[in-house]
Amino acid sequence: MNRDHASGSGGPRSRPQAALLRAEGLSLRRDGRDILSRVDLWVRPGEVHGLLGPNGSGKSSLAYALMGCPDYVTEEGRVRFAGRDVTGLPMTERARLGLTLAWQEPARFEGLCVRDYLGVGPADGDLERIEEALEAVALAPRAYLNRPVDRTLSGGERKRIELAAVFAMRPRLAILDEPDSGIDVLSLEDVARLIRRMADAGAGVLLITHRDEMAGVADSASLMCQGAVVATGGPDDVRTQYRRSCRLHMESLGRQPWNGESGPQAGRETA
Amino acid sequence: MRARLGSHVQAAEPGWAAEYEAMLEAYREAGGDPEILSLPRLAALVVSANRVLASSEVPGVRFEAEERPNGILARITVAPGARPERPVHLCFGMLPPEGLQEIESHFEIGASADVRFLTHCTFPRATRLRHVMDATIHVGEGASMDYTEAHFHGPHGGIDVLPRASVQVEAGGRFVSTFSLVHGRVGRLEVDYDVSVGRNGLAELTTKAFGRADDHIGVNEVLHLDGEGARGMTKTRIAVRDEAVSEVSTTAEGNAPLARGHMDCAEIVRDRAVASNTPHVVVRDDRAHVTHEAAIGTVNRKELQTLMARGLDEDEAVDVIVRGMLR
Repeated sequence: MNRDHASGSGGPRSRPQAALLRAEGLSLRRDGRDILSRVDLWVRPGEVHGLLGPNGSGKSSLAYALMGCPDYVTEEGRVRFAGRDVTGLPMTERARLGLTLAWQEPARFEGLCVRDYLGVGPADGDLERIEEALEAVALAPRAYLNRPVDRTLSGGERKRIELAAVFAMRPRLAILDEPDSGIDVLSLEDVARLIRRMADAGAGVLLITHRDEMAGVADSASLMCQGAVVATGGPDDVRTQYRRSCRLHMESLGRQPWNGESGPQAGRETA
Repeated sequence: MRARLGSHVQAAEPGWAAEYEAMLEAYREAGGDPEILSLPRLAALVVSANRVLASSEVPGVRFEAEERPNGILARITVAPGARPERPVHLCFGMLPPEGLQEIESHFEIGASADVRFLTHCTFPRATRLRHVMDATIHVGEGASMDYTEAHFHGPHGGIDVLPRASVQVEAGGRFVSTFSLVHGRVGRLEVDYDVSVGRNGLAELTTKAFGRADDHIGVNEVLHLDGEGARGMTKTRIAVRDEAVSEVSTTAEGNAPLARGHMDCAEIVRDRAVASNTPHVVVRDDRAHVTHEAAIGTVNRKELQTLMARGLDEDEAVDVIVRGMLR
């Protein structure tokens, strides 16, 4: 794993010259509330950058804003991708540059089979590429190629197919919004392996997660709270800070974390 | 003339061979596979305008046809207990751009039979054409009938299509119908199905259509769930764009104990098109249960953005979603 840049002190990373994706001072307001507040964040090629934070801290909103979703147009700040200012670009154009997003709750498509769905976009119907993507998420192509991407898939199957769709795209940078939610414990390893495989192939990955097991895949991490990035550094330090902040939050509510300060459940309970 | 037709696919009259070939070519151009008609042990009936061009029967499946001035009268009988290996193919169409085709058909599906019908209606050059299908269908006790009707129209839209069916499903019977008009222009479509279901019987009606320009789509489907434990569902999937209009009316009557009915309508509307859905729920027994759901409007944003995040522009993404829904 490429952890050479991870700060042991938990302090902010030095700003890289070769960031693939860079958010600079992104701010978003909605209904009079700050959703994102001057967010700075960057991801380098071949790097998995974990994004942690409690529910409602703005992680998914940041993902949508980076992807250029129409409802998440930022008021301030810039997004740079592959050396280009993409702030004003629509999501289709960003995707064509190699940026993509796997949704936390993937859409379901009536009548569209897995083969068609994975063949959309850069994969361009290439069966070999589609089968490789399914195998990468431990789904047997023979069993899944003709399955509809609709309500007949379980939540976990749909999540894996979403990851396979991203993998088949061979993006330069993938934003994965909680790819581990709804995935059984045994399959987490498959998801982690897929993420590493993408990074090892040179792609950047922005990994939004609550789970310690998945955060362990990251080379670096940031912690979000109330729409702002409050810490960036090595993943271990950021995770420690996350647990600590969760514990403080729980105590402020007059409750005890159910698995102690260092246990992975501490963060999940608050989340 | 009423004729019992031959036992293998062949042009009924040598002089019609050219028209038969033209029909098959039109079917091929529309995306169908006419080679299917060459398969052995296949029951098929090919009708152009008011002429039976070809036919073939298999054991347990019998056709009788009578040619009329503007169409044909067909009796299709499936013997009790018959289970044809392959679907029965019915091909109807007209090659001239103008005219009238009236198909009156009577289906008798014997008790415990199990049969699938694939019906292709091809009108590649229609500019001023009317196609009327009047059917009575009797599905015997414990029998199963799958009926799929796909239309292939040309680009002009000058066609009226009026499929009408009165269906009786006896106790334990099963009737599953899929009507699809998604290739070429719709023109004016008026689907009118009336289905009665007996004890523990099942009926499922699926209608799919894609209207463009000034196409008009009308769907009127009525399910009478008359027998105890009868089940029925209507599923309507329609996309309209430009100035097309869609009007869907479905009725499900729960008339007996433990009858279960559901109506599911999804319509995608683009441009200046207009779509409406009117579900009628009627329950006449306090142990019956009928539900409905409808979603009419633009394409689901989440689906749209998911595809745009793969690099499709909005039009391409809508096309993928609509094609999926109408598949």
